Amino acid sequence: MKKKVYIYKAYERFWHWTQAFLVFFLAFTGFEIHGTFEFFGFRNAVIYHNAAAVSFMILIVFTIFWHFTTGEWKQYVPTTKNIKAQILYYAVGMFKNAPHPVHKTELSKLNPLQRIVYFLLKVVFIPLMVISGLLYMFYRYPHNGNIVSINTEGLTTIAVLHTLGAFIMIAFVVVHLYLITTGTTIFTNLKAMLTGYEEIEEEESKN
Amino acid sequence: MKKIFIILIIINVIIISAIVYLTKNQKHIDALQLLEEQYSQHHEPSVDHTQFSVLQQKFKSPQDVTAACLSCHTERGKEVMKTRHWKWQNEEYIEGRGLTNLGKKNILNNFCIGIGGNEQSCNRCHAGFGWADTTFDFHNQHNIDCMVCHDNSGEYFKQSGGAGNPDPSVNLNKVATHVGKPKKTNCGSCHFYGGGGNNVKHGDLEEAQMNCTKDVDVHMAKNGINMECVDCHVTKKHVIAGKMYSVSSTNTNRLSCTQCHGNTPHELSVLNEHTIKVACQTCHIPTYAKANATKMTWDWSTAGKLKNGEPYHEEDSMGNHSYLSEKGTFVWAKNVKPEYVWFNGTADHYMFGDKVDTTKPIAMNTLRGSYSDPAAQIIPVKVHRAKQLFDPQYGNIIQPKLFAKEKGQGALWKDFDFNAASATGMKYIGQPYSGTYTFVHTESFWPLNHQVAPKEQSLSCVECHSRNGRLANITDFYLPGRDRHAGVELFGIISIIVSLVGIAIHATLRIISHRKELK
Repeated sequence: MKKKVYIYKAYERFWHWTQAFLVFFLAFTGFEIHGTFEFFGFRNAVIYHNAAAVSFMILIVFTIFWHFTTGEWKQYVPTTKNIKAQILYYAVGMFKNAPHPVHKTELSKLNPLQRIVYFLLKVVFIPLMVISGLLYMFYRYPHNGNIVSINTEGLTTIAVLHTLGAFIMIAFVVVHLYLITTGTTIFTNLKAMLTGYEEIEEEESKN
Repeated sequence: MKKIFIILIIINVIIISAIVYLTKNQKHIDALQLLEEQYSQHHEPSVDHTQFSVLQQKFKSPQDVTAACLSCHTERGKEVMKTRHWKWQNEEYIEGRGLTNLGKKNILNNFCIGIGGNEQSCNRCHAGFGWADTTFDFHNQHNIDCMVCHDNSGEYFKQSGGAGNPDPSVNLNKVATHVGKPKKTNCGSCHFYGGGGNNVKHGDLEEAQMNCTKDVDVHMAKNGINMECVDCHVTKKHVIAGKMYSVSSTNTNRLSCTQCHGNTPHELSVLNEHTIKVACQTCHIPTYAKANATKMTWDWSTAGKLKNGEPYHEEDSMGNHSYLSEKGTFVWAKNVKPEYVWFNGTADHYMFGDKVDTTKPIAMNTLRGSYSDPAAQIIPVKVHRAKQLFDPQYGNIIQPKLFAKEKGQGALWKDFDFNAASATGMKYIGQPYSGTYTFVHTESFWPLNHQVAPKEQSLSCVECHSRNGRLANITDFYLPGRDRHAGVELFGIISIIVSLVGIAIHATLRIISHRKELK
């Protein structure tokens, strides 16, 4: 028996798609600043990148608030339970048309691999980007009509870490985009993130 | 309820982003307009010198004019005598050398090399009368040339080869009664023509700036605010603000753009932040020698060739001397892109006795600074390159005697004999000469401060923030858009490729298994 479940709340979808756009836009403008290609022009790329970064940080603040007020943060606590089954599913089971080993419910919508990856994203890679980005922006700043800088050896470490994080984010997005297609049907997951609703096997939903 | 909450959040995000955006775009344009108003107002003299009887006397010598000046301006002579314009040297501390007393008087340069023995010609630009040799009296106030700086009649000029004396054709009475604040023509009469011709030395200071458009020099433009040199180079007790590091060494009495424009003149904060490490001139002087060419190289080694026993000259396509029997071979250039160096306001100079490495060019002056030096900024410079006489035995650059009025005094420009010129020149300044000479490559560094372009023409970001941009040679720091960490690039590209390949394999397997199932 399948049941339509409201699995992604409105704010969650707003957050996800805003973040998706911002990550794409930051990567695009960021790699233009990096000298990989030319599109907006360096000056505009810097202005847009900084504005998008500020928007992103505002979004993060609201989302952290949302995580804790709704208790949704618990969804991202990593677990080793079923992890082997999940790996086996992606590596073998999927090709044998085996069922998903872990089932989505409203209370637990992430499988163990997703939990680990999103947890790393939230506590390691996004903070890495935010902190290195803030240092990048503010290692020199206006003060009393002058520009002063914090005592750094320069941008090298900051910029290299920021670039490293950017590459990891891109690798993440590439894999993430592909894994969207691994739902019950190719478009199940995408549709769920757009509408909020997903059809879930009812009897399995007490995981 | 929920929807209202979400809408509120969205609105908040938009509003806050908008605020962050807009606050960065507050304009500072008013400041520029105020400056333009202020500096467009022209100085009205408070005194009419034609009415002073002391200036009506028939002047027999230029020294008489100075005496007349000093009869009212009683203390000014003492002031002038303390300045570089008079002494042509200055006590300055140089890291690694201690206290030095350097200046045009004793420094070697990259053009006509040194004044010793050549005073009659070089010292035409001394603010005094008659410094023709070492016997000149620096303590006689009457030897000060007030007129060269203060003539407002436009008729005063110094005699060629006259050791600073006025040309005999000058009507001293007319000049003496038409004096005032120095104009461009006064400063320019020397500072435009250093090195023996217009724009030879600086590259950013030349006669075109007496009457130019904003494209050439936004400050001095006739169709702009038409500023005088002394508007920026403000003077206290005859000490003029600003200095040139071809002869100066310390970070004192400097002029900066920020004294008028402030430290944060840009709308964009990220541009203001550049000023920690980048001088204003770097972006705002995209090219120099915009109206007339400047001398880029000077090869003394080819001097002395004669045609039918007579010296001759050749010209380049712009009509500048490309060869002179007296001076050798030159390369001139117009609209030159500067080179860039770190500079913390201190400089060193080549001095006799310095150990030099002749496998690379000898720096006649060294501008100091690096990324890690908090006082240093990147500045644009003209680098003038030369080939000069060198004594391989003593390891010294040779200061030859160049100028004489007659043949047979050892002057290169009359006798065309490097050996005699070297011997005579070095003897005059009391330095040893072994009797053999060769040529070495030398460089001098000229910070560029003038010919500031209209802001629309200032450098765009990618002029520097790109792989082979203008700062390609300054490699001691990380520059976004130019630099990358090879390891991180490799790791990044490999992780993306591995992801893509993994996906491709996985997807293929899925498709295959799906087809099998359909069968």
